[in-house]
Amino acid sequence: MTLELKAVQVRIPIGAGREVHALTDVDLLAIPGKPHFVVGGSGSGKSTLCSVVSGLLPSHARFAGTVSAAGFAVPELWRHRGRVVGVVPQSAMTCFTPVRRLGGQLAETVRYLGGERGPAELLDLVGLDPSALTKYPLELSGGMLQLAAIAAALAGDPPVVVADEPTSALDRGRSEDVVRLLAKLAADRVVLVATHDLAAVRSGAPDADLSVMFASRIVETGRAGDIFTAPRADYTRDLLAALPENGLHPLPHPVPDLIDLPADYRYGG
Amino acid sequence: MLSARFLAVGHGRTTLLHDVEFDIAPGEIVGLVGPSGSGKTSLLRVLTGLNRPLDGEVLIDGDPLPKRPRGQVAMLFQSARRSCDPRLTLRRSIEICAPDSGIDWDSLCTKADLQPALLDRRPDQVSDGQLQRAAIARALAGRPGYLLCDEMTAALDPAATAAVVATLRRAADDGAGVLFVSHDLPLVGACADRVLELQSSTVTETSPRKVPS
Repeated sequence: MTLELKAVQVRIPIGAGREVHALTDVDLLAIPGKPHFVVGGSGSGKSTLCSVVSGLLPSHARFAGTVSAAGFAVPELWRHRGRVVGVVPQSAMTCFTPVRRLGGQLAETVRYLGGERGPAELLDLVGLDPSALTKYPLELSGGMLQLAAIAAALAGDPPVVVADEPTSALDRGRSEDVVRLLAKLAADRVVLVATHDLAAVRSGAPDADLSVMFASRIVETGRAGDIFTAPRADYTRDLLAALPENGLHPLPHPVPDLIDLPADYRYGG
Repeated sequence: MLSARFLAVGHGRTTLLHDVEFDIAPGEIVGLVGPSGSGKTSLLRVLTGLNRPLDGEVLIDGDPLPKRPRGQVAMLFQSARRSCDPRLTLRRSIEICAPDSGIDWDSLCTKADLQPALLDRRPDQVSDGQLQRAAIARALAGRPGYLLCDEMTAALDPAATAAVVATLRRAADDGAGVLFVSHDLPLVGACADRVLELQSSTVTETSPRKVPS
């Protein structure tokens, strides 16, 4: 059971004959046992990559290529969101209804998806105390709420979990906790995580698979620890040099606009 | 010099910080770190004149902070997207905050590392990093003596963060004093000349090399 993307291309028309080149020639293979992280700058295509798996692309987007998981291929795969593909949203604070307690919301999700684990068991899976079930979302910290959102994504016991920037609202310690949890959950399911938090991946999941995206393309894939120590792509090298511990060097080459991006565009080229 | 003297900061009867004393000199970047809820944002709101202190005072070059310190202190927020009017072009957003004497757009775009071609776009037509640099341009257009930055790189990727920090360093080199608040301790340690730490409801100073992690 794997998640496989082959020659995936997504174009989003924006009027007047123009279009955003959101994904170009993307190949990716994610397997159980290892989480697969996708890193890159804002607007590089990470969220769109998550959306082609979860079926949350804009309705007017043009899609080409193949995406398959657990015996289903797109577009059939998109009809099984929750049961085949669980989705962890970027903003846990806004994915729960603020006026209902967490327990009731998780129970409703389990019931709708026909899951076998109850709310308390789901919280145990992500390391949250069952007392959180009686709390309203605003009574939980950002880190706890993000764990609750991961629990909700597991409600239908999906073989694939996709998380889009699950650590963007968390401080560094909490981010590493969430990354370690996602790595643990990958033991018996496919876990695909888009993030720009390179530091959390480096310290929380050095053995994970890592793909680096730039300008709608994957420019490099490999073991995270190896890419962090010996990046092959020029963009990866410059992105790592921008980290505080590496000197905070801004990218020496501009990041292009993805609208009507030339087909032969290359970083620094 | 922007100075806090015996400041007490809080809400109603709740005192978050007391006996806060520090100075920010023109040309330096001062980091401010502390856990969530420790009063970082509340302190910034007092330093910008948005809130009144419970006690103590804020001084600029020895004089009390005026009620409307426009042109002297500018604040930069975590979410540039929420702090910019979505209906206005970046150019119009910047113009509104500029003094009457006009704007040297070339110079401003250079200082803020903002592509001039982006000025006529609206916020939804630029990336988060580009919009944060537009927010810096908007703050610099008022020629403030001090920039107070509240978690302004929290939502940015490493490359955009490095670009924003380089822009703040240029502003400091041009004479602005910068207070940089962040929960990213390695980032503060790397970019600040001095670091203030909120601890036990007050402010202590620590070396950038000794920022706790």
